[in-house]
Amino acid sequence: MLRFLLQRGGQALVAVFGVVTLVFFIQRLTGDPVLLLVPETATEQDIEAMRATLGLDRPMGVQYLEFLFDMLRFDLGRSFVQNAPVWDILVSRIPQTLQLAAGALTVALLIGLPLGLIMALTRGRAVSRIIMGGVLAFQSLPTFWSGIMMILVFGVWLKWLPPSGIGTFGHLVMPSIALGLLSLATYARIMRSAVIDELGKDYVRSARARGVGTGRLVRRHLLRNASIPVISITALELSQLLAGAVIVETVFAWPGLGLLTVQSIASRDFMVVQAVVLLGAFVTIAANLAADILYTVVDPRVRLTGKS
Amino acid sequence: MSVAAAPRVRLGAALSWWPAWLLGLLVVCAVFAPWLAPLDPDRQNLLARLKAPGFEARGAVYWLGSDELGRDVLSRVIHGARVSISVAVLSVLLSGVVGVAVGMLAGYLRGWVETVLMRLVDIFLSIPAILLAIITVAVLGPGFVNVILVLALTRWPRYARVAYGQTLAMADRPFVRLSRAMGAGTPRVLFQHILPNISGPLLVVATLEFGLMVLFEAGLSFLGLGVQPPMASWGAMLSVGRNYIATAWWIATFPGLALFLLVLSANLIGDRMSDKIGKGR
Repeated sequence: MLRFLLQRGGQALVAVFGVVTLVFFIQRLTGDPVLLLVPETATEQDIEAMRATLGLDRPMGVQYLEFLFDMLRFDLGRSFVQNAPVWDILVSRIPQTLQLAAGALTVALLIGLPLGLIMALTRGRAVSRIIMGGVLAFQSLPTFWSGIMMILVFGVWLKWLPPSGIGTFGHLVMPSIALGLLSLATYARIMRSAVIDELGKDYVRSARARGVGTGRLVRRHLLRNASIPVISITALELSQLLAGAVIVETVFAWPGLGLLTVQSIASRDFMVVQAVVLLGAFVTIAANLAADILYTVVDPRVRLTGKS
Repeated sequence: MSVAAAPRVRLGAALSWWPAWLLGLLVVCAVFAPWLAPLDPDRQNLLARLKAPGFEARGAVYWLGSDELGRDVLSRVIHGARVSISVAVLSVLLSGVVGVAVGMLAGYLRGWVETVLMRLVDIFLSIPAILLAIITVAVLGPGFVNVILVLALTRWPRYARVAYGQTLAMADRPFVRLSRAMGAGTPRVLFQHILPNISGPLLVVATLEFGLMVLFEAGLSFLGLGVQPPMASWGAMLSVGRNYIATAWWIATFPGLALFLLVLSANLIGDRMSDKIGKGR
């Protein structure tokens, strides 16, 4: 158990180190990272001055080491456009994105899991096929289109919900659904195959033979056992939600990290863009690690093999 | 009776392949766009701005309405298929070739090559793909070619994972070992024996990735980071349509519908293929 955790923790550290390195190299893809940071109107002197302040005139190796140490100290640098520490800018946006992600996850779990369960229990029948068709359609829906269509129908035509912005619970409904639909499809499919797997097992047949009804069987046995793949997929979904937030927040003018990213690209605030990408990667790595640990807690069998 | 029944069965079989027909139709739109589009997709007519579907001006009918510059939405949707499909196909090819090569080498050579390459795959996969694409476009700048490069850069690890797993399973098979014992070199074993046997699951991945690449391209263009105007891209049209949603619903509705149908058909085909093969994801 301990060995497994250390091994997975080590792998996560290597991934963090790799991501930081990758971002460092992406910054230098065009050869001159200063050009990413100065406004387009900057003169030659401005550029030189900026280069000197940032220490970008020093050797590459020194710059790389400094970047690594900054990251170790959680120092994401300063935004020159907003003239504020990048960390403060991020912190002011994180609550809104968390709110949106929580809303989307609620939509996905509350609708996706029951749909998956129904599909598994009605396998081979028309109900199951119809739901599956719907799930596949959700999976192919571009979030920016479904979002705009919801704004059109519920915001503009029916006037049931505010078309965009933030403030009330009503503002949260459409963005959550738009962002949640994709994860909903994933959950429904995972749940379906997990339950079908369980249904084929011996304990289910013997329980049925003992006269245990479907409702009791689902509540007592199936849900618990099928929860393992659901937990592990949630880790992956978290990073999907964070990435999807970029587009959904743009559609609904929702002032979270995603909208911040898009605004920062437009205002050439590269430090902020880079920080959001790093944050997204760290969340993904941490979530995967957490899923692996949870996995071993929920399913003791994993511990024995020592590898996920 | 049986004579009458036969065509109906065949029709049913043909209809059950509707995702393929749909995809085919959209590909035809893309290839023959200049001949199919009723109007010039880039021609502006400021007198015919934001007109509803069915509007007629100087003998030209705007079947799906006109956009904020008076351009024909239908013609732009048809031309948009070109951008979507060509970006998706090229990025799938590029990321597929790179990813499969990496995965096969890692799975066949093992040792330090495996460690280095697969760790690299893990690192790439731990950055959410759309964020990796966004930061790379922010550095390189937008545009048709850059979008393809960026999509390939973000998606090759997916193929590498699958190719790696499949190659590992294949490398121990007797026919591969025999061919090695008979003196076949690494390239020969990889291309002649392993690649043909792992191509099924890889094709499934490529089909599903195609749909995803269409979505990514549209997403990047929606954010203003993809294909640049005046080139007709569904994502860019949606971003304009978002701003006019209260007055001109058709600008966002139709490109989005086309996008949805293209992605849906690719996903349905990919799903069926993976059902046939048994696994793949």
